[in-house]
Amino acid sequence: MNKVATAAAPKKARGGSQIGRFLADNGALVGLFVLGLALFIATPDFLTGPNLLNIGIQASVIAVLAFGLTFVIVAAGIDLSVGSVAALSAMGSAWIFSQGSMPGWIALIGGLAIGALSGAVSGFAVAYGRLPSFIATLAMLSIARGLTLVISEGRPIGTAPEVSFLGGDLGVIPMPIIVLVVAGLVAAFILNFTVMGRYMYAVGGNKEAARLSGVPVRKVLVTVFALSGLFAGLAGLLLSGRLDSAQPQAAVGYELDAIAAVVIGGASLAGGIGRISGTLVGALVLVVIRNGLNLLNVSSFWQQVVIGLVIAVAVGIDSLRRKNQPH
Amino acid sequence: MKFSAPRKAAVLTMSLALAFSATACNRGGEEGAEGSASATLALSTLNNPFFVELRDGAEAAAEEAGIELEVVDAQNDSATQTNQLATAATSGTDGVIINPVDSDAAAAAVAPLIDGDIPVVAVDRAVNGAEVGSLVSSDNVAGGQQAADELAKAMGEEGKVIVLQGVAGTSASRDRGAGFEEGIAAYPNIEVVAMQTANFDRAEALNVATNLLQANPDVTGIFAENDEMALGAIQALGDRAGSEVAVVGFDGTEDGLTAIEEGTMTATIAQQPAELGKRSVEVLEQLLAGETVEETIPVPVTTVNSENVGEFTE
Repeated sequence: MNKVATAAAPKKARGGSQIGRFLADNGALVGLFVLGLALFIATPDFLTGPNLLNIGIQASVIAVLAFGLTFVIVAAGIDLSVGSVAALSAMGSAWIFSQGSMPGWIALIGGLAIGALSGAVSGFAVAYGRLPSFIATLAMLSIARGLTLVISEGRPIGTAPEVSFLGGDLGVIPMPIIVLVVAGLVAAFILNFTVMGRYMYAVGGNKEAARLSGVPVRKVLVTVFALSGLFAGLAGLLLSGRLDSAQPQAAVGYELDAIAAVVIGGASLAGGIGRISGTLVGALVLVVIRNGLNLLNVSSFWQQVVIGLVIAVAVGIDSLRRKNQPH
Repeated sequence: MKFSAPRKAAVLTMSLALAFSATACNRGGEEGAEGSASATLALSTLNNPFFVELRDGAEAAAEEAGIELEVVDAQNDSATQTNQLATAATSGTDGVIINPVDSDAAAAAVAPLIDGDIPVVAVDRAVNGAEVGSLVSSDNVAGGQQAADELAKAMGEEGKVIVLQGVAGTSASRDRGAGFEEGIAAYPNIEVVAMQTANFDRAEALNVATNLLQANPDVTGIFAENDEMALGAIQALGDRAGSEVAVVGFDGTEDGLTAIEEGTMTATIAQQPAELGKRSVEVLEQLLAGETVEETIPVPVTTVNSENVGEFTE
């Protein structure tokens, strides 16, 4: 498969059809442009500076969640707990600040630590407890949401100023967009330029072969889930920062958006394939659709239908394309 | 590793389907204590401060009346609620207070209770198509009309309005929306330019309101069908909230009242969740004692604005 080859050893494509190859490899990006063009024609409100910033802000939470999830999916796992872990991290951080009376920066780091720890627990269950990642993270989905409710007693808690800063502006640039870019660069660096990142592809491609080649599979699995939790924690802090308040029901169902973003971005749920840039495009596709449907004032009943269709079409086209490629 | 397209699609479908059903897992309930009168309070969700306050009010009233009250949370899933009520019926509870996830779906769930002569009181939302003992609720339609009047007043009876709707298909969203539409129709110079759902959720309302404001920058009024969404809209408006754009919410939650005090929110229609909970327990007590009660017991809603907000905050 083409992508496996490029992913396992990124080499420049030789020959003339580089543009064609780029388009074939970036189906989601093409889709995003088509979507943007359609909206540009449909409404004058779409292609404006403020609206584009707005799309960037709205994409930030889902994209950061999906970046973390990309590690897991590349390693042939799944993490269903990211939405709940995001909520738990945000609530934990707000609790440390307001109830624990700790300084804001400790609340910020504490929130991230809670996320990473929750992820690591799932990772241990997968790597050493031999639980399927689906089950381990399904358990964590429930546990983290429950703990969020326990901590908050069902009520919103105000966030630390340091966390609210993440949701504010730095000069003219919204902080969520800065966080999005930095998180994306860090994730792409880990995946492409570290040994651990390359191990993730190896484990996702063929776990047994990776083990026999001396890849520390268990360590890799714990790491991917811990990273997923860490990014989920960051997403949770972003979300609560935007609202100045950690909500007990925050990010319910976001794991589905995050999975959709990763898959639209061209990753394979079978593992071994996936890129951070693709995931970013996937998240943007979801957000642009929602933004466009709002701008066009489409009935909320139809919005869900449209989003479902786009996911099905995006992944369907990608799968067909792969199938038709010579192996 | 190579996987065929159908396999990949199947994995995705399966994971999505399972993830959905996972959030709908039945939490079940524990058996009520024997001896003193026991009752079950079946709530639609506890993921919302409103229902937490309702529960607190009910628990306080139950303690006073010496009723053992068991609280179950359906996490906004009708099927879960049906299971919980079936469990309550077999566990020998003496009476049930139900806050339906969905008014229509709840009828089938309470039918066996009514057949078994277990008194049922509906709270906050009606049970359509079943003879429950009584309905204790706020008047959402009247509240929607009050919201329209308050918003119109703040806007000088002219301008463009955005409506943020609640979860599609819930009676609270339907009634508040219907009341608002009815009320705002009385002002010919006010135009509703967009109606979109934000599912009663603050974060979603922030995004939806931002998007709608892009399309309609000259809006001067926003009605949100609950306070959480109103607070999201206020976040989206930034400095313009309360000064250039009037925002009216619904519920009278703590955060909502604080926003009115700060001047970012124009008004809210305050329900009294604790009172709803308290009254529903009292009505159930009367039913258990064999007394007859009114079919509907209205708990008043009040318009809260900067003038009277002090009366609602402790």
